Amino acid sequence: MAAADDTGTRFNKIGHAMMCACGCGQILLECNHVGCPDSDRMIGELRTQVASGGDDTSIFNWFAAKYGPTILAAPIRGGFDTVAWITPVVVFLLATVGTALLVRTWVRRRRNTVTTPEGIPVQLPENDAVRERIRRETEY
Amino acid sequence: MPHPMPTFGSFSLLLALVLAVYSLAMGGASLWQMATGRSGRIAPERLSETARRAGIMTFAAVSCAAFALVWAAFTNDYSVAYIFHHTNRDLHPAYKFSALWSGQEGSLLLWSWLLAAYGFVLRLRHKIDVRLTAHASTILAGVQVFFLLLLVFAAPPFSIQPGEIPPDGAGLNPLLQYPEMVIHPPMLYLGYVGFTVPFAFALGALIMRYPGEKWIHITRRWTMVTWLFLTVGIFLGAHWAYSVLGWGGYWGWDPVENASLMPWLTGTAFLHSVMMQEKRGMMKSWNVWLIFSTFMLTVLGTLLTRSGLVSSVHAFAQSSIGNWFYGFLVLVFCVCLFVFARQRDHLKTENKLESIVSRESSFLFNNLILLVACFTVLWGTLFPVLSEYVQGSKATVGAPFYNRVALPIGLFLLFLTGVGPLLAWRSTTLRTIRRNFVLPSIATVATAIGLMFAHIRPWEDQSELYSLMAFSLGAGVVTAILSEFLRGANVVRTQTGKNLFAASLQLIQRNTRRYGGYIVHFGVVVIIVGIAGGAFNQSTEQEVGFGDKINIGPYELRCQSYTQDSNANYDTEYALLDVYRHGKYVTQLAPEHRFYAASQTNSTIVANRSTLQHDLYVIYEGKNPETGKPIIKAFLNPLIAWIWIGVLIIIMGTFVALAPAIKPALATSRVMHTEAVAVGSGD
Repeated sequence: MAAADDTGTRFNKIGHAMMCACGCGQILLECNHVGCPDSDRMIGELRTQVASGGDDTSIFNWFAAKYGPTILAAPIRGGFDTVAWITPVVVFLLATVGTALLVRTWVRRRRNTVTTPEGIPVQLPENDAVRERIRRETEY
Repeated sequence: MPHPMPTFGSFSLLLALVLAVYSLAMGGASLWQMATGRSGRIAPERLSETARRAGIMTFAAVSCAAFALVWAAFTNDYSVAYIFHHTNRDLHPAYKFSALWSGQEGSLLLWSWLLAAYGFVLRLRHKIDVRLTAHASTILAGVQVFFLLLLVFAAPPFSIQPGEIPPDGAGLNPLLQYPEMVIHPPMLYLGYVGFTVPFAFALGALIMRYPGEKWIHITRRWTMVTWLFLTVGIFLGAHWAYSVLGWGGYWGWDPVENASLMPWLTGTAFLHSVMMQEKRGMMKSWNVWLIFSTFMLTVLGTLLTRSGLVSSVHAFAQSSIGNWFYGFLVLVFCVCLFVFARQRDHLKTENKLESIVSRESSFLFNNLILLVACFTVLWGTLFPVLSEYVQGSKATVGAPFYNRVALPIGLFLLFLTGVGPLLAWRSTTLRTIRRNFVLPSIATVATAIGLMFAHIRPWEDQSELYSLMAFSLGAGVVTAILSEFLRGANVVRTQTGKNLFAASLQLIQRNTRRYGGYIVHFGVVVIIVGIAGGAFNQSTEQEVGFGDKINIGPYELRCQSYTQDSNANYDTEYALLDVYRHGKYVTQLAPEHRFYAASQTNSTIVANRSTLQHDLYVIYEGKNPETGKPIIKAFLNPLIAWIWIGVLIIIMGTFVALAPAIKPALATSRVMHTEAVAVGSGD
């Protein structure tokens, strides 16, 4: 776990956030297929960009401008790309809240029921009017 | 007859299609007659029996077709286009056999054959419940018809090579010339196709308004075995990627990898929530939709592989076959929705949740997390398509996205893996919570503190934070499992006077499902620990001449020589590297680079020294054209071996869970009572 210097760390971080342009589907710094026409050149370009002192966003933009947006290994261009990140979180939150509400409803319903001696659940009426009607209807 | 074997194969497929259509039509007609009380000229029971037999014969016919293709491969029959494109004369016999599933037509034939085989077994075991099996058999026949239609009309495996018969074939993709490739696809397909059976039973049970939960008991073993096949298939694929592709990793979040993961996630959710239906009569609608979704995801996975919808290194050439899958997927969804809408009153829950702090509640949240994970993977897989539609340009959704979004979900799932079994059914008392959670919580916190003392810095690096959480939660889950296990074993020991080991064995025998499940959970923790080790990977790349050295971690690699060789199948270049650890010789590694003449492709053969602590993973990247020296890349990957060990533990746990429980009546009732008091009985 030796700590690399800042430039090395940035190079490694950015290189793992981009794809190789050859179509092999691999991360730039993990592309290893023999005779790859792109990865060596791209790695050289990345070294140059990191050494020139630009920030991460400007380096990403430089590569996206040269190779197209699919060169970025994740959707980070802003705008609609943000939806990619937000949606799973929103779904997770909605599902959690939904499940919690469902559980609460079930627990409440359960508390509002009593069972006959035979174990058959009986719904307790919620208001007096209904209770009164049941009393009348079941009178001898 | 110029091409006897291909003709025989094509005829077999056509016959299989006729038989499957007959099985579907007659099976459907007999079920309709039974449901409506009407009767035709032939009694519905007899119709149903002929449909069953036609289903059995379908298996024989598809087997003949599969045999014909394998025969053509072994006899170098290059009049068959598929054999020409996927084999060559010098190919090893094992890979000639695996050519059956190395291309689109062959893999669809394998799919169809496995489906027919599952149907064959199901139809032979029809006496477990004749009417329900008749429904399931008819639904299976419907799925079988679809795949046979594909094989006969859209992707025929016996197409004849136009013009002169070539003297030799184009050869098999070198990446597929690896022992695991002989078993990885069949395993994955056994899992994929196997989910058709519980799907058919679930749909059948819903159509006939099957009383009670017997269909779950019938399909439980089917589902578990299928889930195990899929699990093993996925990890065999990961191991193959790790051993063959030579990029130092095992999972690249490729769309096709994702396609195999999605049904696994929903299948896992189904395996958990179905217990609630068995025990408490709850979540019936949910379970039905889980198994429907699992089946539809297997179809979607196949669609992703074949439609060209998403770009993938696994994908077959784009073809119109994708449209067939779109149609089938829509049809399946409509049928499921229609049947569910008509019969949903049959799925009324018998019990309500009594407490938020209960086993049922933990199952609900476990399902929630598994489904959110599934949605996240599906979302990431399809986002490039959506992006192109909305923005006019595709986006890549690769490992950085999944690592950031899916890892927290995975950690939460790990947390639930530990918490769930500690909660009782119905309701958990505060006393139980205190007693069951103290030790795991201490283990979690102590592990986290210990790891920080061991120089893991979660505040400096996100991957180290996730690793720390995985290790700590893993320790908590293992402690929870062990304490549960020991508690039960001590009860048995007190009752029987046996030693702890014998008592443990007896405990497992008495409740195989429950303790088999615990072993599977333990395996999952071991896998996650192995994955978490990835935060500390190291790598280095260097040009090495004779006597040159590469240092990585505790290892020093010294180049003894580099040379080249050739045989009928490929030319090879390799380096011989002596490996020293702390100055002491340990082994010699020979990373290799091959060139396959038949297919004109290169391939990397990884040299790997695997220990429980870490893998020393070395690849031969090629030669520097200026100096002629090889370029070697070395990785040090900690804890990788634990991933594969974890899979073995999962296999063992699943076998335990599948084994029938041995229940000595009196002792069991006492043990079960004690366990119920301890944490709530359950599986």
